[in-house]
Amino acid sequence: MPEKKILVVDDDPYILMSLEFLMQKNGYSVIVARNGREALHLAEQEKPDLVLLDIMMPDVDGFAICEYIKQQPALKDTIVVFLSAKTRESDLRKGLELGAAKYVFKPFSTRSLIKEINQLLH
Amino acid sequence: MNSWIIAGTAVAYLLLLSLIAWRAESVRKKGKSWINNGYVYALSLAVYCTAWTYYGSVGRAATNGPDFLTIYIGPTILCALFWPVLLKIIRICRTQGISSIADLVSTRYGKNFSLAILVTIFCVLGMIPYIALQLKAIATSFDLLAGTTGKTDQSIWKDSTFYGTMLLTVFILFFGTRSVDAAEKHEGLIAAIAFESVIKLVAFLAAGLFITYGVFNGFTDLFQQAAAQPQLQQLFTLQENNAYTSWFSMLTLSFFAMLFLPRQFQVNVVENLDEDHLKTAGWIFPLYLFIINLFVVPIALAGSVLYPITSANPDLYVLNIPLEKGKYLLSLLIFIGGFSAATGMIIVETIALTTMISNHLALPLLFSNNRLHQVPRSNLSAIVMWVRRGSILLVIGLALLYDKLVAEQYSLVSIGLVSFAAVAQLAPAVLGGLYWKGASKNGALAGLAAGFSCWLFTLLLPSLAGAGLLDESMLANGYFEISWLKPHALFGLNTLDPVSHSLFWSLLLNSSFFFLVSINSRKGTTETYQAELFVDFLNKDKYAAEPAVWRDTASLPALRVLLQNFIGPDRAGSLLQKYATRHQISLTTSTADPRLVQFTEKILAGVIGSASAHILVSRVAKAEELSMEEVLNLLKESQQLMELNKELKRKSIELTRASEQLSALNQQLMAMDEVKDEFLYTVTHELRTPLTSIRALTELVHDNPEMPEPKKTEFLAAVVRETERLSHLITQVLNLERFESGRQLLDLQTVQIKELIGETLSDIQPLTQLKRLRIELQYDSPDLTMEADPALIRQVLYNLLTNAIRFSPEATTIIITATVSGNYLEVSVSDQGKGIPETSLELIFDKFYQAPNQTLKKPEGSGLGLAISKKIIELHSGKIWAQNREEGGACFIFTLPLSQTNR
Repeated sequence: MPEKKILVVDDDPYILMSLEFLMQKNGYSVIVARNGREALHLAEQEKPDLVLLDIMMPDVDGFAICEYIKQQPALKDTIVVFLSAKTRESDLRKGLELGAAKYVFKPFSTRSLIKEINQLLH
Repeated sequence: MNSWIIAGTAVAYLLLLSLIAWRAESVRKKGKSWINNGYVYALSLAVYCTAWTYYGSVGRAATNGPDFLTIYIGPTILCALFWPVLLKIIRICRTQGISSIADLVSTRYGKNFSLAILVTIFCVLGMIPYIALQLKAIATSFDLLAGTTGKTDQSIWKDSTFYGTMLLTVFILFFGTRSVDAAEKHEGLIAAIAFESVIKLVAFLAAGLFITYGVFNGFTDLFQQAAAQPQLQQLFTLQENNAYTSWFSMLTLSFFAMLFLPRQFQVNVVENLDEDHLKTAGWIFPLYLFIINLFVVPIALAGSVLYPITSANPDLYVLNIPLEKGKYLLSLLIFIGGFSAATGMIIVETIALTTMISNHLALPLLFSNNRLHQVPRSNLSAIVMWVRRGSILLVIGLALLYDKLVAEQYSLVSIGLVSFAAVAQLAPAVLGGLYWKGASKNGALAGLAAGFSCWLFTLLLPSLAGAGLLDESMLANGYFEISWLKPHALFGLNTLDPVSHSLFWSLLLNSSFFFLVSINSRKGTTETYQAELFVDFLNKDKYAAEPAVWRDTASLPALRVLLQNFIGPDRAGSLLQKYATRHQISLTTSTADPRLVQFTEKILAGVIGSASAHILVSRVAKAEELSMEEVLNLLKESQQLMELNKELKRKSIELTRASEQLSALNQQLMAMDEVKDEFLYTVTHELRTPLTSIRALTELVHDNPEMPEPKKTEFLAAVVRETERLSHLITQVLNLERFESGRQLLDLQTVQIKELIGETLSDIQPLTQLKRLRIELQYDSPDLTMEADPALIRQVLYNLLTNAIRFSPEATTIIITATVSGNYLEVSVSDQGKGIPETSLELIFDKFYQAPNQTLKKPEGSGLGLAISKKIIELHSGKIWAQNREEGGACFIFTLPLSQTNR
């Protein structure tokens, strides 16, 4: 079984740094995107199994990226997990309605996050 | 014609009048009334048309042209357009028991004695010539008819005027003093007056018809013959220079006369039974005036055509023409018509004057007498009656005297105008009192005194002088030989006819004194109270009740005795009983209800005038008058009741408005709350980001002891930087909060902008070196100082410069300029980056705003730098904004006032 591929999207370099380390450590293949446009491009090109998606980004926001992914037939099996500092009930509901499997609030625990990811991908 | 026939007819006519009056009163006793309708009321108003109208109009038309009409246009205007004034007077007089024009003035100004006396004296002085004029008319028409003109014996015992007057006096004595209450209606008298109005109209129309159609061949023939005579044409065009002023003054005079002539006041107001009659009279009376004037011009023309050269008296054309044509019966009818016009006037005028004389002159004199100081025990109503009768004789006697001494010299109309001018003086005091609360007793006294004196000197005395009673030279030379005191050209004003001249000066002085003294005088309690009543209360409602002025209750028996003394025990008992039943007041108590005291005063006012009644009642009731404050409180209470609805409506409108304001405010608060919420949410969001990195990185280091050392160092360094970022963010949020709440105070110092920029530049030097940036400084005047908080301005400069460095490509130039324009320093910081999207130029000063074209990575700043800078500049009363440079790059500019003291 080939390595599962995860796309990590965030505009904060340190968050990207920690997530990249965490996923690699747990045996996943990691691609990182530092803004919305990069994320869309990489999602289409790499067809990741799972996308860890930030919402507040200066160019394209995470909701729009999720919506786009869910509309692509080629990406219909891609799992989306939101990682966001937006902690409002309405944001959570919106994220799940757009088809995300999980909506995780920042700051998150790397220990529980990796458990969730493992469950989603096996 | 035989004078016995004429005299006999006159006597028969007076007997007929008595019969009518007597019948009317007996009908009244059966509970019906002949006079309780608008038509009879209108006919009684026609007492306005006296012998002056009957004979004088023709005379005036024959000598002065159509200006006689003005005398009738004035009352027409009043009845048709200004009837609310009359209505207001009627209501006030009914509720206050007012029985004469003098009483009205006195009552309005705090039931003041002096005013009542002043008005009474001048009304008597003003009316005596007018009554004399009627006597003169009766006598001259009698003499013409009897053919005794010019043969008048100087002996009074052979004078027809004297005997006619005696007859008339008996009639007046009988029907004028039937009731002790002067405010009571004279049922019989009014019936007789209305009948007289019909007679004089019929007789005058008969004369007109005979002259137009019997002597001439209708109007066309008459006018054609008149047109052939050139001197007549002049009469019917306005040629005199002052014709317009003359017309105007006559109109004014007649307007006021209709309101204030004592006899008009008597029929208009005192004898009015129902204010609704005013509506009928509003058109019937003007119609009457129109009809009675229809033949004035034809008769005047006929007389002028028939007697072009002879000196026939134009006043008597109406009688002369039928007489010369041999129509004796018709002449007799015309004589009776004139007789009725004259007697109607004399009867009503005498009664009106008598009421004033007895109530305001004679009775107060009696009551001030010590023997009558205590509550009178004798039957006072008899005394009142005898005083009245004496007054009647006095008035008629004076008129007779004036007639003998003066009236021979003047035409009917000019005598009448002297009287009209006298009563016109009442206009400021009465009308001002009805509509202006500020009118005061002293003002009224001063105005009336000035007006009457002026009238005396410019009209009455000259008329006496003209009759040879005074030195005639004063007419030409002025009083005391002072030229600017000429009676007909006061202060050199010589372009007006005597009547207009007198009216102008007297009303000018009168109104000026009235106004000026009123606004400069203090008013007493009763006066203030009456002013409120007159101007605001009594006229509001047909059935308005008057509020009580007495505070303390009086002894009921004493009150009863007082009333009995004046109107007799039966009437006193029944009146009190009626009033008590209507207002549910007990009559068995020993102290009287305040309303009963008030009621008693009102009844007594009708008998002896309000001023005397006020004094008598206060003496008996031993009640103190209310203090000014209490009166005002009382009035306020009534006012509150009356305006309750208005108030309620206003309150509910206010409530609606308040609730609207409240909901608007609430929305505003909610909006502010939302802003606050949004800010807090954004702040926590911003705090979460560094926290996320810190937590994730430390967990990873902790959970992975096998992590290679370089990696571990990288992670921990990141944790340190994120911790710094976090604390910087918190500091900035707290800073901003301080600026926004207004708690940040400026530590103002005199600083050099050059120094501040220099210090900031040295702080950021490492950053500029890193990117190999060049700084270019452009100072307008390097030594320029200004007042500012140096720490805060350095913070602004730091924010702008770090922004510029952040967005500057490597090895470019940042330009800093400082220039002075006006009282402001302008500082700009420009970079050579890619600039700011136009839509974001203003938004970038918002908290946590990020321009959408920053795709590379999250800026290192807190997202609050520009927001804080903006606050700081605004605290200094400056402005800050961003713009894009033409050559590319962004430019931030702020201005600061050089001095903070006069901002």
